[in-house]
Parts: sequence; structure tokens; C-alpha cells
Amino acid sequence: MLRIGKLPITFFALFIIVFPWIARVIPGIGHYPDLLIFAGIYCLMTMGLSLLLGYTGQISLGQAAFYGIGAYVSAILTTTYGLNPWLCMIIGMIVAAIVAIMVGVPALKLRGHYLAMATLAFGIIVFIIFNEEVEWTGGPDGMSGIPGLSVFGFNFDTTEKYYYLVWFFVYAAFIFTINVIQSRSGRALRAIHASEAASNAMGIDVSRFKIMVFVYSAILASLAGSLYAHRLNFINPTTFDLFFSIKLLIMIALGGMHDIWGAIIGAFLITFLSFEWLHFFGEFEVIVYGVILLLIIIFLPHGLAGIPHIVKGWLRR
Amino acid sequence: MNEKRTENILEVEEVIMAFGGLVALINLDFQVQHHTIKAIIGPNGAGKTTLFNVITGSFSPTEGTVRFNGKSIENLKAHEIAKLGISRTFQTIELFTNMTVLENVMVGCHTRIKSSFIASGLRLPQVKRKEEQMRSKAMDILEFVGIADKYNESADSLPLGERKILEIGRALATEPELVCLDEPASGLNETETQAAADLIRRIKDKGVTVWLVEHDMKVVMDIADDIMVLNYGEKSAEGPPLEIQNNPKVSEAYLGGGEENNA
Repeated sequence: MLRIGKLPITFFALFIIVFPWIARVIPGIGHYPDLLIFAGIYCLMTMGLSLLLGYTGQISLGQAAFYGIGAYVSAILTTTYGLNPWLCMIIGMIVAAIVAIMVGVPALKLRGHYLAMATLAFGIIVFIIFNEEVEWTGGPDGMSGIPGLSVFGFNFDTTEKYYYLVWFFVYAAFIFTINVIQSRSGRALRAIHASEAASNAMGIDVSRFKIMVFVYSAILASLAGSLYAHRLNFINPTTFDLFFSIKLLIMIALGGMHDIWGAIIGAFLITFLSFEWLHFFGEFEVIVYGVILLLIIIFLPHGLAGIPHIVKGWLRR
Repeated sequence: MNEKRTENILEVEEVIMAFGGLVALINLDFQVQHHTIKAIIGPNGAGKTTLFNVITGSFSPTEGTVRFNGKSIENLKAHEIAKLGISRTFQTIELFTNMTVLENVMVGCHTRIKSSFIASGLRLPQVKRKEEQMRSKAMDILEFVGIADKYNESADSLPLGERKILEIGRALATEPELVCLDEPASGLNETETQAAADLIRRIKDKGVTVWLVEHDMKVVMDIADDIMVLNYGEKSAEGPPLEIQNNPKVSEAYLGGGEENNA
């Protein structure tokens, strides 16, 4: 029976709560809470992708597009139209959901390579729109002057405040996601992964479930995009390019895509690799990612989250 | 006439199934009566699996009608047919190998006990109750088919015979009125075959109609109330087991000299 233990979640939540204090006292890691804001933003996306790819078996190479939709909807509506940022965030999620339905209805009828190609093309189209619709998006120069977030006069203007805001969303999304996984819907998704024919025979509306999970992943990515935009106050298209979609796939492959914890682990590791540890590789960073992905697929097909199972296997021998 | 009162649970009328130039089913007509076991036999390539897929909604017939309790279903999708009350197993076993035995059966409860994606995500109080309800219903079914002790094992760790039994259990979880079994005894040894035959009889006793495709003649003759012989996509004979056994045309072509065909 698939059960996700409550104890690790509690420990993890406590860790996230106390971490900014730890970071203050240990020398050299004072800037880590800032990195964890990005890790949190990535977690929102990898959780959605884990549900889509790891649990349901449907690949998407276009997640960066939904990330960008959230960011650009927030940016355009707040700067050009002066709307409330929270309202823009919700509008962004609605737009992402509608786009996901429009793309998903035809695309999710496809399988394997064809679905990968369709979502890849979608990601590229959206990226081109961000670049070319200069009047709306500022084109390659991007958009600046995106306001920060505040609620009832309370400004999320410091790193620590924003850190708690982001991680509040991540926690809510994480709980929602694991509840789904351990329910009728989650079983239906895993059933689709194992056998679409048998899922149909059990009365599961396979296309409806695929679209639902695709929409869910798009909404989470859009939320991540809005949080990104309000944090940096500036966005430009390169953040939302194809390579970022692939990076998200690397994150869940590295963490382990058959386990929701894999999404968290992968997002953390790649955040630290790309912002901290791989700096001196410069342009060659991409190659390092390639090597990591290769090694993981060969030696740890279930990702880092699969290690406990391997260890258990050893102990049993 | 009241649709629910028809004598036949399933009526297939003038069904033609063509794949390009290949005609797999030719003007097929037959009925299945309520609370009976009806078997389809025939040599390889006779169109048995095609017929199976037409009835359970994997294919829509090129022409003709399939009626379930008087309602025509030939253009419905497989999952809609499952909701109406027709369930199936697969010749090449299609279990959810990424789940436990119990979870497989719980997936079968999908259409009868519902909780939405959002309600599940928010873990609303009724979700937990329904989850419990599904669990106990799935356990009851495992008891009924006789593999309750294996409930927590991975579905792909079961031996073949039990995997077939689990597929039948999963099909029963959809609360079907008609259950379609695709070669339930193929690949099974003597004891396993006996267990499967017993189970099929007990399913009928529960009031569920059984429609099956099977190669094992001993099983078919033993449990079926009615047999249809399919050959090159056409019905070549139909009737109770004894009649089929004594039909010279049939016995010569498919039954041979008796025992040697049991393998």
C-alpha cells in the first residue's frame, strides 16, 4: 500500500522553519535562505512534474512555458495595468490552466515521443511569443519594475519574509499533492501509468485524468512563475527557455520521479549546483548536468529517493 | 417495452468488424441470457479477441448493434461501458504492476465510490470515509476470490494463477452485471484451472452473468450453460455443451478426440 510517512514531512517542515536562524549563525551560509527561495519555487514545479511524469507516465517538455505564463501575467498586469499582485497571481494560474487544457486535449492523446515533441513545440512557441511580442513583454529586454508582494500592509520585502511566503505555498502544495497521490485520483493516475487499457476497463476516464494532472502541474508552475517575478522584480525570456524545461526533468530524474520526495530533493540539489557549486564550470555547466543525468539513469534509475530501497535490499541479503 | 426487462443482458446484432480489407467478424448475431455462463470457442484467428474488444468498447464495430440491457453501446468508449456494468479481464494479463494486490482491486472500485481530485487534495472528511469504504469493499472481494492473505503483496509478485484470479477480482470490483473473461484458464495448471472454474461458477451464483473466451474445452464443457463456436469471423454453431459436443462438424474441427486438447 502506498503510504507517505508523516514523520519526514514534520521534520522537513521544522527544518525549513528554523533554517534562517541556523543560516545566520553558521558563517558562509548566510545567503542560503535566498537560495532556498529558488529551491522552493523549483519545488512547486517539480512536484507537478513528478505527478505528471513519475506517477502518471506523461512527459512534458513545456513546463517552462507555464512558469513563464505565470511570471508574465503577473508582470504585465501589475506594471502595465496596476492590478493587485495577488489577483494577478490567480489570473496567471487561470490563464495557465486554460492554456494547459487547450494544449493538453490534443497533445495528451499522443504517447511517448510524440507527446514529448508536442510539449516541446509548445514550449518553444511560448518562448518565441515572450521574445517577439515586444509591446506586451518587452521582448528580449524583459520587464522591470514588477512590485513586491504585501498583504494588509505587511511587506514581504526581506529575504526571510519572502522565504517563509514561498515555503508556505510549497508546503500547501506538497500536502495537497501527497493527499492526491494517496487517494482514488492518485491510484487512477498510477493505474494509467501501468496500463491504459486496464484503466479504461476499470471505468477510469483516462484522457480526463491526464488533462487534470497536466492542468494541475501548469497551475503550480504558474504560481512558481508569479513568485519568481515578484521576488526578482525583473524578468526576461531566457529564464523560461527550453533548457529550463529540461532542467526540471533533470531535477526529478536526479531526485527520483517515482517518489514525491524526489521532486524536493532534486529541486534542492540542482538549485545548489547551479547557484553555488558549478560556478567555476562556467559555460561547461551544461555538460556537468549531462553527466549527472547519465550517471543517475545508469546507476540510480529511481533517483536519490530510491537509495533507501537499495540499502534495505542490501540489508535483507 | 421496459428496457430493463429484456430477457437477454447482451444482444449482438449483425455486427461486422473490418480492418481495412480484412473482415474479422461477419454478420455476427448472438445473445447472452441473464445469469448464465456463455462461452465462445473457436480456433486461433477466428475473431474471438476482436469480438471481445468490440463488446468491451476497445473497438467500435464497422456495422451492427451491440445492446446491453436494451441500450445500444457500440459507440461508447471503454470506460463508459465499464460504468454501465460490463467488466473485463485481459488475455495477456494487464495488472497494475506498480501497486499492491489490494490497490489493484481498489482501482476497480473507481466508478462506484467517488471522491474528486480537489476533495482528495484537501482531504475533506468524506474522502477518508470513502477511502475506508473502498478498502473494506476491496478486502471483501479478495476474500471472495480467495487471495485475501496476499493483499499487501506487489501485484507482479503473484504466480500466474493468482494474477489471473486478481484480474477477475479487480473486474468484480466495478460491480458488473456482465463480466467478460478472456481465456481465464490459459497457462494454468490443473489445480489452478480447477480453482478458476470454481470461481467462475461462484460469480454466476452471485447473480453476475459471465461471458468468456476459452481454449480449455474441459473447463468450457464443465461450466458453460451455452456455447457459441466462432470460425473465420462467423458463427458456425451455438447451443448447450452437450449439443456442441455432439455436433459432428464442431467436434471434428475443434474438439478432436477429447482429452488431448486439454493442454
